[in-house]
Amino acid sequence: MTTTFEQVRDIASDIFGIRADKITPLSSPQTIDNWDSLQHLNLVLALEEKFNLQLSPEEIEEIKSIGAGAKLIESKLQATPS
Amino acid sequence: MAVDRTPASIRTSIDESIAQLVFDSASQQLADLWRHDPTSGTASFVTSRLERISAHLILTTFRVAILRSFTVEPIVPLLRAEAFAYGIDLRVHVGDFNTYVQDMLDPESSLYRFAPDAVILAVRSEQVAPELGRDFADFSSEASRDAAERIISGYEQWIGAFRKHSQAALIVHSLERPTSPSFGIFDSQTESMQSGLLRKVNSELRRIASELRGVYVLDYDALTSRYGSAHWHDEQRWLTARLPIAAGQLIHMAREWVRFLVPLSGRTCKVLVVDLDNTLWGGVIGEDGMAGIKIGPEYPGAAYQALQRALLDLFRKGIVLAICSKNNPGDAMEALEKHPGMLLRTKHFAAMRINWNDKAQNLREIAQELNVGIDALGFLDDNPVECQQIRSALPEIMVIDLSHHDLSKNPMAYASAVRDCAVFERLTLSAEDKHRTTMYIEQKQRERVERTFQSKEDFFCNLGQEAELEPVTELTLARVAQLTQKTNQFNLTTRRYTEPQISEMAKQPQWQISSIKVRDRFGDHGLVGVAITRDHGDDCEIDTFLLSCRVIGRTVETALLAHLAGAAEQRGRKRLIGWFLPTKKNAPAQDFYEQHGFDRQEVSEAGSLWTLDLARSTVRSPEWIKVKVTESIAGGK
Repeated sequence: MTTTFEQVRDIASDIFGIRADKITPLSSPQTIDNWDSLQHLNLVLALEEKFNLQLSPEEIEEIKSIGAGAKLIESKLQATPS
Repeated sequence: MAVDRTPASIRTSIDESIAQLVFDSASQQLADLWRHDPTSGTASFVTSRLERISAHLILTTFRVAILRSFTVEPIVPLLRAEAFAYGIDLRVHVGDFNTYVQDMLDPESSLYRFAPDAVILAVRSEQVAPELGRDFADFSSEASRDAAERIISGYEQWIGAFRKHSQAALIVHSLERPTSPSFGIFDSQTESMQSGLLRKVNSELRRIASELRGVYVLDYDALTSRYGSAHWHDEQRWLTARLPIAAGQLIHMAREWVRFLVPLSGRTCKVLVVDLDNTLWGGVIGEDGMAGIKIGPEYPGAAYQALQRALLDLFRKGIVLAICSKNNPGDAMEALEKHPGMLLRTKHFAAMRINWNDKAQNLREIAQELNVGIDALGFLDDNPVECQQIRSALPEIMVIDLSHHDLSKNPMAYASAVRDCAVFERLTLSAEDKHRTTMYIEQKQRERVERTFQSKEDFFCNLGQEAELEPVTELTLARVAQLTQKTNQFNLTTRRYTEPQISEMAKQPQWQISSIKVRDRFGDHGLVGVAITRDHGDDCEIDTFLLSCRVIGRTVETALLAHLAGAAEQRGRKRLIGWFLPTKKNAPAQDFYEQHGFDRQEVSEAGSLWTLDLARSTVRSPEWIKVKVTESIAGGK
């Protein structure tokens, strides 16, 4: 079973074009060169698509690092009754 | 692809293949990856690797420009990855926000500098027609009607200008109806409300498109309703990022565009080869017997009937059907001929291979029998092993794998798997398309007769061929362009032209575009050959000379060449010249010039240049073909 972090990391790897093993929970726009606003949108869309959920503008703001993104997705997934 | 591989390990393996310069393997793995996980992340990965290796792959390069009134950037990787799955290397240009009018009107705009093959006008009602959108309630009914008229004439003007400046195809999004009309349910009670007026704009848009060459309408409301309008729209994303489409639906927007781009780039299939057991019917005929297989109007047979109906629709559109099945021929034929639930019968299939042989070999034989390239075949099967085998043995073939996880052997989804496959999309239908399978059956009769004759000449005399030569007309334009797009084998230069390009050439006095129709005592082949020539000085240059595979080897090509030579001489030309540009597929045409007395004048990397001195030419139309020449009508070409 892959963890939420691993799934978020794999998506970020595709979107930013960086090998998955170079991405840590602390990876952020400060450490990833091409993490600009368009790539941020692409990341959000890929996460919404993958986990079949919707992120509000406030939640999107919260994704300041890969770890923060994974934590947000985790809490959203737990909040949704399945 | 092994199930236990992680996304990271699949990617590492692809990167290793690229590093080792094994590009075909990298390409297959990328296609596999995309098929199993067609998501935004995968799309980014696929397109980034494609950029590195596309130069080493055999892909059709196609340039598309997107003019837009909303954010399309996140759709672009999905679009490129999906196009790659169809063998297209798509180059994409995205216009600035809401500059589509300037872009289309200004011949110097970045749109025209990009030199697109196709342009998508992806605009929303909200920008093009605000009076018919959110602000509707502010306007009087006269003002709204005027607004509708103004929008229609706007379209007429922009699209007209576009057609003048570019020969690219144009795909126009129709305007979407509001999901929540200003007047609620009253909106549906009269044609003068929002929905009614937008319907009128859309129907006028359809008229404009039908009057111009190469302009097509993408029915946006039909698209959103297919996936559910409420799921499609994302109001919050529209307000925050100018992206009106929900994340999970972006792939469907990309796929809808690809449905147009595949036929426009010529990456279509002419033939669909289908399996029988658990594909055309449920169950195994050899084990379950006539009474046991599931096919009929009731569930579960109804699912298979729905698939057969989808195949029947392809058949009526001119896609040739064939069968490749591991079965005892007797069992299978009994079901095909006698089962009351079957919609498809033997008459719908132009070729059949019902045996226990290797399917790849069977498919090669079917392509040969139907005289089409192997890449003209699609293959529909429920067995993942067969599908994988065909993919590796014959990567040119479009495989529709019914065991794919999206379908997961659910027969209810089979019909849409066929209907959604873009290789069977057509943007125009010629008279030839609708009778294609009948033509193949006539062809089989011809071949049977051919074998009974001692000499070719006797056979030709017996065939009673009649050829009709005429310049391209309004009526034949679509077919002429289609032949330049699709003909690969007997094609001396393989130059592809769109309808607008042919139409433009036909207007130039130095260009001549001839077509040849052929029929014989077995039936009508329709329009099967095209020659395009251009006069310069003493020379008449053959720009394009092609013949549909249906009539290769029937000396029709000599009749067409004799006509060109005679006509060039009449116009005062002294020489006929032409290039032979070799491709992987046009070997059947390579000796054409030599056989007809041309001298080789020049050989370059691209091909060879041949000349024929018209004063000494011995090219004559064969005596066994009755030729009728229709001259161009005075006053128009």
